[in-house]
Amino acid sequence: MNKTVNQKAWFLVLPVLVLVSFSAIIPLMTVVNYSVQDTFGNNEFFWAGLEWFKEMLEDERMWNALQRQMFFSAVILAIEVPLGIFVALNMPKKGFWASFCLVLMSLPLLIPWNVVGTIWQIFGRLDIGLLGYTLDAIGIDYNYTQDAVDAWVTIIVMDVWHWTSLVALLAYAGLQSIPDAYYQAAKIDQASRWKVFRYIELPKMSGVLTIAILLRFMDSFKIYTEPFVVTGGGPGNATTLLSIDLVKMALGQFDLGPAAAFSIMYFLVILVVSWVFYTVMTNLDKRDAK
Amino acid sequence: MAKITLDNLAHSYLRDPKGEDDYALKELNHVWNDGEAYALLGSSGCGKSTLLNIISGLLQPSQGRILFDDVDVTHAPTAQRNIAQVFQFPVVYDTMTVRENLAFPLKNRGADANYVSGRVQDIARMIGMEAELDRKARGLTADAKQKISLGRGMVREDVNALLFDEPLTVIDPHMKWELRTQLKSLHHEFGHTMIYVTHDQTEALTFADKVVVMYDGRVVQIGTPQELFERPAHTFVGYFIGSPGMNVFDAEIDGSTARIAGTTVDLGAPYGALRGKTQVGVRPEFVQLHAGGEGVPARVRRVEDVGRHKIIRLDVDGQTYSAIAEEGHSVPAGADRITFDPEGINVYADDWRVAPESRMGEAA
Repeated sequence: MNKTVNQKAWFLVLPVLVLVSFSAIIPLMTVVNYSVQDTFGNNEFFWAGLEWFKEMLEDERMWNALQRQMFFSAVILAIEVPLGIFVALNMPKKGFWASFCLVLMSLPLLIPWNVVGTIWQIFGRLDIGLLGYTLDAIGIDYNYTQDAVDAWVTIIVMDVWHWTSLVALLAYAGLQSIPDAYYQAAKIDQASRWKVFRYIELPKMSGVLTIAILLRFMDSFKIYTEPFVVTGGGPGNATTLLSIDLVKMALGQFDLGPAAAFSIMYFLVILVVSWVFYTVMTNLDKRDAK
Repeated sequence: MAKITLDNLAHSYLRDPKGEDDYALKELNHVWNDGEAYALLGSSGCGKSTLLNIISGLLQPSQGRILFDDVDVTHAPTAQRNIAQVFQFPVVYDTMTVRENLAFPLKNRGADANYVSGRVQDIARMIGMEAELDRKARGLTADAKQKISLGRGMVREDVNALLFDEPLTVIDPHMKWELRTQLKSLHHEFGHTMIYVTHDQTEALTFADKVVVMYDGRVVQIGTPQELFERPAHTFVGYFIGSPGMNVFDAEIDGSTARIAGTTVDLGAPYGALRGKTQVGVRPEFVQLHAGGEGVPARVRRVEDVGRHKIIRLDVDGQTYSAIAEEGHSVPAGADRITFDPEGINVYADDWRVAPESRMGEAA
């Protein structure tokens, strides 16, 4: 193939480059700037080198938050992905009820994060919340503001409620793209329901599921608003996820240097995990194709 | 293997069909003999896939019954009918190897492992994929995938019938010949009842013992390739089979003569009183050109040399018709008349063929 080489094309990319540098690169660089300096206010800065990074890496506080964060992401992935697939498999394929289900499934996705948090915060309250009051009335000891396990259950159920739809909708789209002939052939081959799922539906959904898992991982790993509104990171530090801890450090304690180092490492973790995940998934795909 | 009987079968995709037009498949009685190879031929949307899906059980007919041998299977699910079907687009299980794909229908039925591996080996040899047995099906070419589908259809020895729904559409032309020949030899070897849906006449004529021609939801003729060529029962059969198709002239029939474009033509046999629109059908192979003399006036528009023979496009009374001149024969200079070989003449009333009176009893 004979490609036309034209350096002027760079000019077409320029507006995007300018926008991205103002919206992402420059703010990121200021964070980098904070992370290698110390300040005592008055706009005076002193060179600190990698000291903040060292300090953060030795600090148990960040490791604990990271552990909680990993646990949170693992749990919601383990619930939302199978549940989303299960919902998608049971949604009607066409007609009025298909559209109805699609709208219903989209509703949680349209609600802003802090509203979701507020909904669940109230929902779980013992005095006026439907969930909390009912659980208390039937004799189940539930109190998300006092009990760490209850707090965890609440934020996990909330996330499942908010985001399973996304997995379900993506999986549903994958399912809809399977031609009828596959199901007919499976009938003729006398494949069981499980084999239809294992050998037809799951392989055809694998592409969208990769995206779904990636999106859910990234989103859950940097989640802030919802758990913050519900539990504020408590009781104690039980639900203090990475981002909540980061905000406490940066804006609560105004430790700009350590917080900047923290956020850069946080960013790198998401980047590395996503990259590893994506590479592994696409390589599996390629290996299969050989 | 089984004889398949269609009894008063009809199907409509509408819930509440009113007239005949609402039926995708009009009422049909037919017996598919055990061990014969049939081709179901027709243009797109003529109901042939509907018929096939009813036989395989993917579709429940609106009325009538289907019998396999003497068992009513009209409402039996696909799995119970023990048929195999190959679809238009290759259906393979992507994550499985070729071997697993071929073994799948047998394993699902709990076949013995030794038998399965032997059978898979045989089928792989038949479809020429022994070398690729351990490759993943994903990433193979469309040809190879369709060969796997064919193989999966043939892997069970005890099937009642093998159904093919335009299976060679996605296959390269040179592979088409090979696969069709393979199918035919498989048929001779195992004697399965085979039904092969296609809109390609060459495919139908080379594959099948009997060709079933469908038009507008109706079976218009069932016959050997030769019968379809010589005695098309419907003008559609004449037009659809043959290249170019049959010439159909509007004609007034009077006893054993017809008037075409103001000229009297001898039909070679007497016909009774005919009702409706009367036409005379003559295949291009039976049209002769002359310069002057007897015959229907015609003007030569152009001559297409297709190698083996020449196709002459003619203008008779403003309509376009064709004639074929065999290799070695040239078009006479100044040709302006056409005549017809009497044995190549068929008479139609309202598109259906009418048998001449002296040969009454022949299927019309």
